[in-house]
Amino acid sequence: MEFYGTALASRLFLGTAQYPSPKVLCEAIEASGTEVITVSLRRETSDGAGTGFWQMLRQTGRRILPNTAGCHTVQEAVTTAQMARELFETDWIKLEVIGHADSLQPDVFALVEAARILSDDGFKVFPYTTEDLVVGEHLLQAGCEVLMPWGAPIGSGQGLRNSDGLRAMRAHFPNTPLVVDAGIGRPSDAAAAMELGLDAVLLNTAVAKAGDPIAMARAMAQAVIAGQTGYQAEPMPRRDMAVPSTPVLGLAELI
Amino acid sequence: MITIAGAGLAGLATAYELLQRGAEVTLFESGSAPGAASVARYAGGMLAPFCEGESAEEEVVTLGSRAFEWWAKITAVHRRGTLVVAPPRDRAELSRFARRTRGHQLVERAEIAELEPALSGRFATGLFFRDEAHLDPRRAIVDLAQMVETLGGQILYETPAPRQVDLNCTGMAAPLSALRPVRGEMAILHCQEVNIRRTLRLLHPRIPLYLVPRDDHHFMIGATMVESSSTRAPTLRAVNELLSAAFALHPAFGEASVVELGAGLRPAFADNLPRLVEQDGVLHLNGLYRHGFLLAPEMAHRAAAKLRPQSADIFAKERIG
Repeated sequence: MEFYGTALASRLFLGTAQYPSPKVLCEAIEASGTEVITVSLRRETSDGAGTGFWQMLRQTGRRILPNTAGCHTVQEAVTTAQMARELFETDWIKLEVIGHADSLQPDVFALVEAARILSDDGFKVFPYTTEDLVVGEHLLQAGCEVLMPWGAPIGSGQGLRNSDGLRAMRAHFPNTPLVVDAGIGRPSDAAAAMELGLDAVLLNTAVAKAGDPIAMARAMAQAVIAGQTGYQAEPMPRRDMAVPSTPVLGLAELI
Repeated sequence: MITIAGAGLAGLATAYELLQRGAEVTLFESGSAPGAASVARYAGGMLAPFCEGESAEEEVVTLGSRAFEWWAKITAVHRRGTLVVAPPRDRAELSRFARRTRGHQLVERAEIAELEPALSGRFATGLFFRDEAHLDPRRAIVDLAQMVETLGGQILYETPAPRQVDLNCTGMAAPLSALRPVRGEMAILHCQEVNIRRTLRLLHPRIPLYLVPRDDHHFMIGATMVESSSTRAPTLRAVNELLSAAFALHPAFGEASVVELGAGLRPAFADNLPRLVEQDGVLHLNGLYRHGFLLAPEMAHRAAAKLRPQSADIFAKERIG
C-alpha cells in the first residue's frame, strides 16, 4: 500500500506536540522508527517560524506531514495548509476542520469542501474524518487518495470506539490507504487497528503524555508491527466452544 | 573586575553570587530600569520544584532546592504551598499529576475549603504541595538589583555591553545557536472580590494554567507555551483560554479588571534545562526556560564558581578563559 505514491516501511505516524521537551520528542521519534511526523502549524506560530523547534524537526530526517489542527473553517484550513506548504516545502497536508470545540469532531461538510480546494491546488490531502462511508466517498471524489478515520475523539485515549465501523470501511475501500487517526491510548489499541486491516496508525498524546514517552514510542511501534503481521497471518476464527489443541487419539485408557 | 552583559534575572543573580565572593562586578543592561527589558517580568514567580516535576526532568526538582532560602534573603517569599485542582471532567488529569510528582498530599472538600475558603464547594479533590512558594517577580528583580548595588555592584542601564564580557546573560539575544524561543502569554487581573493566598494550578488537558496571587488582590494568570519567536501581543485564542480558566476557578473573576496582557519569549535548550556554555571566550548562562526564579540561584552559584573560584588567585580567570 502506498501513500500518494510513497511506500512506507513503518506504519506508525507520530505527532510532535505536548512532549516534555524537544529532546524527549527526538528520542521518541527515534524509538518509534516512524518515517512520518505530523506538525501542528498553529496560526500563531507562522509569524515566528524558522525557530529552533522547526529546525530540530527537520533534522530528524523524517517526512513531515503538517496539519491544520485547530482550524474551524474552510478558509482557515486552506490558509494554514498554504502556509505549511511554504514553510515545510511539502505538498502533504493532514487536513483537520474541527466542527465542535469540545469534542473536536471533524466538520465533515467543511472537510470535503476544503479537501476539494486543496486537492485542486495540488495538495496531497490526508483528511481527518469519521468512519462514515458516504463522507469517505465524497472525500475520494474531492481528490483524496488516503482516508484517516478517527478511533475516538482526539486526545481521549479511548481506543477504537467503533471497530465494526472501521472494519466496514476497510471492506468498502479495499484499495484506499486507511490510517486510524486520533483516540489511540495504548499499544493494544494500535494493534487492534492494524488487526482490522487498516494500513497505519497516527498518534500523539498516547506517547507524549505517557510516563516514559520513549518507552511508549517503542511499545507502539512493536504493537503496530504485531497487529499488521497478525492481520496478514489471518487469525483463526472465534468459536463459542472449546476445541482441544492436543489430539484425543492415542490417549491411554485407564481401566 | 567581572563584566556581565544583561541585568535580568540570570545576570543579577550571578552578580549577587560574585559579590558574595568578593568580586567587583559591572553589568551592562539595555533596558532603562531593573527588569524592564527582561522576560522575567512575565514570569509567574513560582518556586514550585515538585509541580514542575510533572513535565520536567528530575534535575529541575533538585536544582531548585536552593531557591527558597536564596530568595528569602532578597525579597518577600510566600511559602504557602501550591494547590492543584481539576474540573470534574478532568479528574483523571489529577491522578496523572499525582503519579508524576512527589511532595504532595491528597486534599478533599473540607481541606480545600480550609486552605482557600474562596474555593469552598467548588472542587471535590485536589493535591496540596505544602513546601512550595511564590514571589512577585517584578519586585524580586528590583530588590535583587538594589541588593547588587548595595553590595557595590555597578549596573549601567541603557548601555550596550562591550564586545568582550566575562558572562553573557542576555536570554534570547545571546548568540547561541542551540537556543530556541518558547513563547508565553499571560494576564494580570485585579479582582477585589476574590481572596486567594497561594498558587493555584488548574489541570486541563489542553491548557494547564496557574494563578499566582500578587499584592492588593492582583492575580497573575499564565501561561501558554508556543514554539514561536513572535513577540506580538497575546492572541485572542490565548487570552480567551487564560481568562476562561480563571472564570472556571472562580466565577467572581468575571468581574475582574484585566490590568495587563503580556507575551514574552522564554529562552530554552533542547532538553528545556539551563546550562553554562563557553563560547568564544565568553561564559553564557542561559536556557532558564520556564524555571527562571526556581533555577537562577543554583545556576548563578555555578556560574560564579566558574568565574571566581573560592580560592581565587590572580590566574583564576585565565584558567576558565
